[in-house]
Amino acid sequence: MVEIVIVTIVKLLIYFGIMLLFVAYGTLAERKVAGHIQDRLGPYHCGPHGILQPLADGIKLFFKEDIVASASDKFVYFLAPALAVVPPVLVLAVIPIGDSITIGGKTIPLAVADVNIALLYFLGVTSLTVYAIMLGGWAGNSKYPLLGGLRSAAQFISYELILGLSIIGVVMLVGSFNLIDIVRYQKDMWLVIKQPVAFITYMIAAIAELNRAPFDLPEAESELVGGYHTEYSSMKFALFFLGEYANMVVSSAIATALFLGGWYAPVHWLSFIPGPIWFLIKTFALFFFMLWIRWTYPRLRYDQLMGMCWRFLMPVTLLNILGTGLFVILKNGGL
Amino acid sequence: MYQSISPYIPVLILLVLALAFGVVTLMVAWLVRPSKPYDEKLSPYECGINPLMPAKIRVPIRFFVIILLFLLFDVEAVFMYPWAAMYKKLGIWGFVEMFLFIVILLVGYIYAWAKGALEWE
Amino acid sequence: MSWTQFFFYVFAGLSLLCALMVVTRRNAVHSAIFLIITFFFMAAVFVILKAELLAAVQVLVYAGGVVSLMLYVIMLVKAEEASQVKQNLGQIAIAAFIALLLALQVGSIVYLYFAQKPAGKAAVEALKYGGNTEGIGALLYTKYLFPFEVASVLLLAAMVGAIVLAKNRLER
Repeated sequence: MVEIVIVTIVKLLIYFGIMLLFVAYGTLAERKVAGHIQDRLGPYHCGPHGILQPLADGIKLFFKEDIVASASDKFVYFLAPALAVVPPVLVLAVIPIGDSITIGGKTIPLAVADVNIALLYFLGVTSLTVYAIMLGGWAGNSKYPLLGGLRSAAQFISYELILGLSIIGVVMLVGSFNLIDIVRYQKDMWLVIKQPVAFITYMIAAIAELNRAPFDLPEAESELVGGYHTEYSSMKFALFFLGEYANMVVSSAIATALFLGGWYAPVHWLSFIPGPIWFLIKTFALFFFMLWIRWTYPRLRYDQLMGMCWRFLMPVTLLNILGTGLFVILKNGGL
Repeated sequence: MYQSISPYIPVLILLVLALAFGVVTLMVAWLVRPSKPYDEKLSPYECGINPLMPAKIRVPIRFFVIILLFLLFDVEAVFMYPWAAMYKKLGIWGFVEMFLFIVILLVGYIYAWAKGALEWE
Repeated sequence: MSWTQFFFYVFAGLSLLCALMVVTRRNAVHSAIFLIITFFFMAAVFVILKAELLAAVQVLVYAGGVVSLMLYVIMLVKAEEASQVKQNLGQIAIAAFIALLLALQVGSIVYLYFAQKPAGKAAVEALKYGGNTEGIGALLYTKYLFPFEVASVLLLAAMVGAIVLAKNRLER
């Protein structure tokens, strides 16, 4: 009993560390990718090729003055940034990074929690992110954050729905919400081949939910300054930032488990490389895809954004569910 | 052996970890950073001028309608989750049931679209 | 006392405490925040009772959806006024009536417990199908099919109602 709890805590700390590292170097990757896409070098001064830049940024943010706007609601103002990091960290519990390893004759499963409703847990926990945004926008008692927060919340909520609907196709094929079962189902064929529409809608919804370009209306610099975190500075701002990148990592990881075969190697002769490494490579590939999109496409207008969600993605996901239903029946020789 | 503790214990540990992370970083920053506040610095941001009026914004009713629609479709999605998990065992009847369910809700969806609740100008 | 009981009392106690905070806060936004926390702890209680799907729905729909709707409404009445809204607007009679209904409901559960009668049959049946999700799925789409389809009509009515209410404002 005590041993299990200790092993669990060690696993959790390792995954938390991996996520923080991923987030720190995600910010550097973002700036490097942006730099190279725009034909410049990106950060270059801290360490060789700027690899110490995240560290420098972190230290700088610790030493910045914290401005608590006089008109703000202090309780909510402190709560919102702390809340921003909670959802992505909670999702860590269900990410199936690998099958299991054997240390000293004991088999230890690599996923922290074998939860039966892992996907619903993921959806439920991420839906709480909306409060960090709404409350963060409201707490400053300032116009730009409030407008940004309201817009952002409506956008988040609309795309949360698409996210929820697009995973139903996967669940119908596998017959389980357990992410470990879903990955095992993909041993021979990745689900992205059977569910391409779901994969595309999932990725669009994930990017839009995170308020990233081309869907970064809440942070549209040209009209809303900084969006919901305009009134935040120093470490509080950093926590919002961290939450956003952690959310990117987590939704890439879930997409990997759902559609890209989780810890399985893409071709059989490559399976000598351990599963967790494959999982991280695939997660990073999706993360890179999000960066690539951000620096390639122009921003949408708000009416286009909401229109795309409600008048295009919504019917598409519903049709995908019905189509998957027909496919399963035909395959089982029903009818 | 590992099923002897609930899979939700890690969730509890993570919740503590996440909250501790937020609080500790804020505390450490509070210890090391400078603090020299004055009135202008603490006033709400408004492109460099003094705020003209308090942040009172009438939120467009459209946002309200969208959230209400979200809530209703979310409940619809909730009905779909157990259905999706059981779909292989329900077979053809499962398909017909959900088809009916979606069609009934599509009536509302089309009504919302026709009344312009899904349009943004 | 087993660990299960220990966690039950902790989460039940915390959710009661937060519920108390919801009704005593003057600031409507603070009330909403405590309501989210209350829903979260209630989900934890559902998990302890092995009703995982219910817990997920609790977080997804109530904590995630309903409270954000409430927050919108609070912000709709202007950010400034929201913190000073008077919270008892002569609704005491309605509140008392609902509280009475709730008390009767809880009372009946307590009575069933002491009379050693099973509280409901559906829960026992659901156990046959393994987990909570599968149990609900198997029963809802076979035995309780009619209520399930009625639910869609209910949702349709709510949808139409919402749009009719907002129609004048939408057309402008």
